[in-house]
Amino acid sequence: MSDEQHPIPEPSPDKGPAHAEAGRPYLTTEKPGKHRGDPTLWDNFKKEFYADNTFTVTLFAIVLALIFGGILMIIGDADTRAQWGYFFYQPLKTLEASWDLVSKAYTDMFKGAVVNPDTVNRWYWDMTTWQQVFRPISETLTNAAPLILTGLAVAIPFRAGLFNIGGQGQAIMGAIGGGTVGILLKLPAPIVILLAILAGALLGGLWGLLVGVLKAKTGAHEVIVTIMLNYIALYFLFWYIRQAAIDDPNRSELISKPVPDSSIFPKLIDPALRVNLGILLALLVAAGVAWLLKRGTFGFELRAVGYNPNAAGTAGIKVGWTLALTMGLAGALAGLGGTTMVLGTAGNLTGEVVGQIGFNGILVALLGRVKPWGVVGAGLLFGALQAGGAAMQTFSGISNELVTAIQAMIVIFVAAPLLVKAVFRLRKSPSAAASAALAKG
Amino acid sequence: MTSMTVDNSLALPEGYWTRTRKAGLIMVLLGLIAAVYLTAIVPNEPARFFLGETTAASGASFSINGKVGTLIFGLLTIACGALLILTNKRFGLYVGLGLAFFVVAALIWQIAETGGQVPLSSLSKITMEKSLPLIFGAIAGVLCERSGVVNVAIEGQLLTGAFFAALFGTMVGSQWFGLVAAAIGGALISLILAWLAIRFLVDQVVIGVVLNALALGLTGFFYEQVMREDTKSFNSPGLLPVWTVPGLSEIPIIGPALFKGTILTYAALLLVVAATVALFRTRWGLRTRAVGEHPAAADTVGIKVLGLRYVNVMIAGLVAGFGGAYFSMVTASSFTKNITGGLGFIALAAMIFGRWHPVGAFLAAIFFGFSSALSSLLQAIQSPIPSDFLAMLPYVATIFAVAGLVGRSRAPAADGKPYVKG
Amino acid sequence: MLFQHEVHIALEATLRLELRGITKRFGDLVANDDISLTVEPGEIHALLGENGAGKSTLMNVLYGLLQPDSGEILVDGKAIKIKGPGDAIAAGIGMVHQHFMLVPVFTVAENVMLGAEPAKAGFLNHAAASDLVRTVSLKYGLPLDPDAIIEDLPIGIQQRVEIVKALTRNVDLLILDEPTAVLTPQETDELLGVMRGLRDAGKSIVFITHKLREVKAVADRITVIRRGKVVGSAEPTAPESELAELMVGRSVVLEVPKQTSEPGAAVLKVSGLVVADDRRHRAVDGVDLEVRAGEVLGIAGVQGNGQTELVEAIMGLRPSLTGSVTLSGQDITGWATRRVLRAGVGYVPEDRSVDGLVKEFSLAENLVLDLYDTEPFGNRFALNPRAINEAAQGRVEEFDIRSQSEQQPVGSLSGGNQQKVIVAREMSRPLKLFIASQPTRGVDVGSIEFIHRRIVAERDVGSAVLVVSSELDEVVALADRIAVMYRGRILAVVPPNTPRETLGLLMAGITPEADS
Repeated sequence: MSDEQHPIPEPSPDKGPAHAEAGRPYLTTEKPGKHRGDPTLWDNFKKEFYADNTFTVTLFAIVLALIFGGILMIIGDADTRAQWGYFFYQPLKTLEASWDLVSKAYTDMFKGAVVNPDTVNRWYWDMTTWQQVFRPISETLTNAAPLILTGLAVAIPFRAGLFNIGGQGQAIMGAIGGGTVGILLKLPAPIVILLAILAGALLGGLWGLLVGVLKAKTGAHEVIVTIMLNYIALYFLFWYIRQAAIDDPNRSELISKPVPDSSIFPKLIDPALRVNLGILLALLVAAGVAWLLKRGTFGFELRAVGYNPNAAGTAGIKVGWTLALTMGLAGALAGLGGTTMVLGTAGNLTGEVVGQIGFNGILVALLGRVKPWGVVGAGLLFGALQAGGAAMQTFSGISNELVTAIQAMIVIFVAAPLLVKAVFRLRKSPSAAASAALAKG
Repeated sequence: MTSMTVDNSLALPEGYWTRTRKAGLIMVLLGLIAAVYLTAIVPNEPARFFLGETTAASGASFSINGKVGTLIFGLLTIACGALLILTNKRFGLYVGLGLAFFVVAALIWQIAETGGQVPLSSLSKITMEKSLPLIFGAIAGVLCERSGVVNVAIEGQLLTGAFFAALFGTMVGSQWFGLVAAAIGGALISLILAWLAIRFLVDQVVIGVVLNALALGLTGFFYEQVMREDTKSFNSPGLLPVWTVPGLSEIPIIGPALFKGTILTYAALLLVVAATVALFRTRWGLRTRAVGEHPAAADTVGIKVLGLRYVNVMIAGLVAGFGGAYFSMVTASSFTKNITGGLGFIALAAMIFGRWHPVGAFLAAIFFGFSSALSSLLQAIQSPIPSDFLAMLPYVATIFAVAGLVGRSRAPAADGKPYVKG
Repeated sequence: MLFQHEVHIALEATLRLELRGITKRFGDLVANDDISLTVEPGEIHALLGENGAGKSTLMNVLYGLLQPDSGEILVDGKAIKIKGPGDAIAAGIGMVHQHFMLVPVFTVAENVMLGAEPAKAGFLNHAAASDLVRTVSLKYGLPLDPDAIIEDLPIGIQQRVEIVKALTRNVDLLILDEPTAVLTPQETDELLGVMRGLRDAGKSIVFITHKLREVKAVADRITVIRRGKVVGSAEPTAPESELAELMVGRSVVLEVPKQTSEPGAAVLKVSGLVVADDRRHRAVDGVDLEVRAGEVLGIAGVQGNGQTELVEAIMGLRPSLTGSVTLSGQDITGWATRRVLRAGVGYVPEDRSVDGLVKEFSLAENLVLDLYDTEPFGNRFALNPRAINEAAQGRVEEFDIRSQSEQQPVGSLSGGNQQKVIVAREMSRPLKLFIASQPTRGVDVGSIEFIHRRIVAERDVGSAVLVVSSELDEVVALADRIAVMYRGRILAVVPPNTPRETLGLLMAGITPEADS
């Protein structure tokens, strides 16, 4: 039973239960040393097969989630639901109606997220601008930027054995930092933007660091602390927006003064398209994180602490410091995500300024198997789903909330790879060592 | 066999400033703030409290001079702190009392300052009402985690319960059926949690978080897609009837809170007792705790570890789902998107704050409910204390609790660890 | 019938157990290979074998914790299926596990009744459970307080709870898995007495151990297991050397070739050290110690007498309450671990998989776990993979670490090779002091020899060496001086040729002068 399971390792740094080793055979220790040559072609094939398998599982997880999403649409649509009442009288018509509903919805989703052939056509005949052709992609990238940042904010601590559910709070603090600088500072645009980014990262980072320090000093479980800090940050935001220097005196609702246009993140392609500096920032950060984890000294410490804090400490690595710093770094990235929301798209602070990017960042990190480039891929996918979801709501009249459900389902299927393999009868992965794929990437 | 006796002389002395004495010191400081600072700034006006649910001038009431009140209750707080320091005993009692006295002092200050009027029965009634979903959620957490499965999905269970109550309650046309459906809804989330966590060994916190997102997405989708389109046939379960216990509900201050409520009020009180008895007095409870602390030990005496965990997770789902009906049938008469608004996480906090004990979880839920009721009260009397900071209180308190600054709460030893034989 | 029934009670039930052709595989690994074994009623049957020979696996199969791939289990001549511990108990088989299966926060009575609770309509009857504990513990001379909390009890008493727990289930065959590993010699003798008493009361006992002395003292019959196979059976009268040879497959020479030491100046000086354990008890209670350059000081003692805490305090892994530690005259008390390591201390921790290695890391990464941020392996910002790999290749060769490549995850190596990785890492810095805790625990014989030779070689180049081991043989073989530790104190420092009896008494806390 245990051989085929895919547990995510317990992130707690406590020593495992003593009885875990009981009864385990140590026969390997007695075998004469195995001198094997270079890995054979078969070994390499197995490796490839597994790598492929990770991809396959992710792909099938997405397919499965979309299928379930289609079923939800059918249940959720009054006419189609009614049509199913006549299934035995008009089976073909029922199936046709269902198919029409689902295929139109997903087509609209695609049009809203990637490219709309109609627009291309109209542009060809000079009936619309080229900007309209790129609008879907622009929307996808705009949505993806903060998700990648908050996704990384979950992925990095995960590699250190910490589960950061606090991306939301850290993003809020980042939005406060970046927003405040953007609103209040009257300096040339590039300086303001740079300072806003720094302030967002700093405030988010401190919010994360607090978690790490509590964990290192008192052992307080980071999952609980981050959940609590999310709400503390939210209430702080509510209070903060109402302060005289920030509050917009001309509006009664909870909203700050607008960030001056000059301090808004510059648009990347064209002022008519929303895609902005944020996505560049996200990709740059992802590249930096990838380097850090692979080649960076701190990345080495972080991974060592994540896999085995006891051994890391015994070899002289400062475990508490590493944990604190990791959370600080994660908080800074989530803070950048929050800044991207304020200065990239929102333009002022509101109670919902960061949306759900912190929570969605968790899903993005898990889908990306807590690897930096995986997170980028997952962030782009989620960005596309959200851009497409908005289009679907507008054109097919199907609630955008479906996207939230689809996102969650994708991650459930990815987190339970055995489930997907069972559904699609995929062959079992031959490599047991690679089993903890989700956790260790 | 005498040589095996233990020699406790090796135990280290703890030092004078134990956890209890440190807490006492904090109490003394709080008391000083009340007795000195608050007494100095509070106007020399009476603060008036009403016993009933209204502030009608005819209602029974008492008043106390602001300066006298803050001084008295400040001194009482100091007394609690001093007792803690001197006796080094009864941590929970004196900390609780001391905090209560301090809150009263602060309340007197605010009321004297703003001239606001406080109906005490209404305050306690609101407290109970705000605590209700927390009680269900927190006890669901206790039942689940005592068997070693982390339940971060309380929020999702409450939300699904609220949704099912409204949907099926309306469709079938029976509120009672709605309540049953609510429990089943919570159990469905539990089923996925149990299946993935126990059978597929997926990390329990991960799956809990994802399930919350799933519940949010599914209920939100069907709300917008189905319920909002046709409220009458899908989303009008109506309010649950209020049952008043004659006589008992007339008790001043606590009567209306405990004996004038919907079925959920009585169910919650019953649940606290039942869960406590079940966990600590029954065979099921002993086995549950054994499985949560040391599953291998339970396994070696023939207890089906995984089976018991399934059962407990499902029970937790039923409890939380049932409590979810509060949102769509007690405080409102219909479901809306994300109607739980994160209260599931406060329930989680209450469970931790209550140290994984049903009574503790209940008290923590009441405390959190009270701070929420107080926050609305202060807003109502236009107190200058920002209500947002008061709203943070439960969360800050929980961080203090898990950080061990005010007594560490210890989770069951095997909480969150999947059990694999061998 | 009636008469028979009464006899049954008087003599207690007896049980004859037979295992036929039990085979258990874990992947490619054959943990039990066609094992057959018979335990006669009322005998103490010793199952003798090295660590990892497959004894525990076999017993877990018998107790239903693992399912065999083939083979059958017969009780009183009838083949039975044991799907779980419940079936085993029902068949009259009980087990005392090496790592106790007791819930630490429960009382004795709660632990004893767990799984077979006296209850009415589901409600527990605590009084009945306490009575049962008292009755059974009195009957077999194993006194217990039913209301004591397990985690407050010493190890020896906890073991007693385990035995009583099994006995209350009316088992007729008791499996004791390495029961003496955690006991002092005196406690061990008491346990052996208890075992004889149980046998005389008609119980059968399977006694799993790797300690020859105990086997000879108590067993009626001996079955030796090696690498998952039964390699022979013997009578307790057989000479120890013969049993040892059966156990390890060749004659064991636990002697390490070495010259007499020529100690120089003191390198490590510990004075008045007091260290608390995790339960805030004084685990180290005023230790004075000196290790000189060019000598091996061995610390002997039963596990859990403060050795772990002593070493961890020296290494800066655990705070010391009072006292000081100096390294070549420099006070290193309270230094961070990294600083201690880099001041010239090598450290092999006692549990390699918990404290020694990051199993998911490659061999190469584990070899630089201490020096990854120093040239040439890296700097404060970046690693230098090429230098790391090159160094690893050298170490693999030098320390005979058998592996496919230095990129292999270290967790996929055998225990002996994992241990060599740690030794290689810790010896790769210039050392003044080398500390090895349980340096060869769970390691194959070939690696033991290799590691022992390296330790002596380290001594011979002039390092001070501190070896902590609960295997007295190992301490005697390696040490130039032996310090015996008991309940947080060093009772005596004696030469390695001290008679074993004296060492045994010291380990039990009895000094020759004080007498007993």
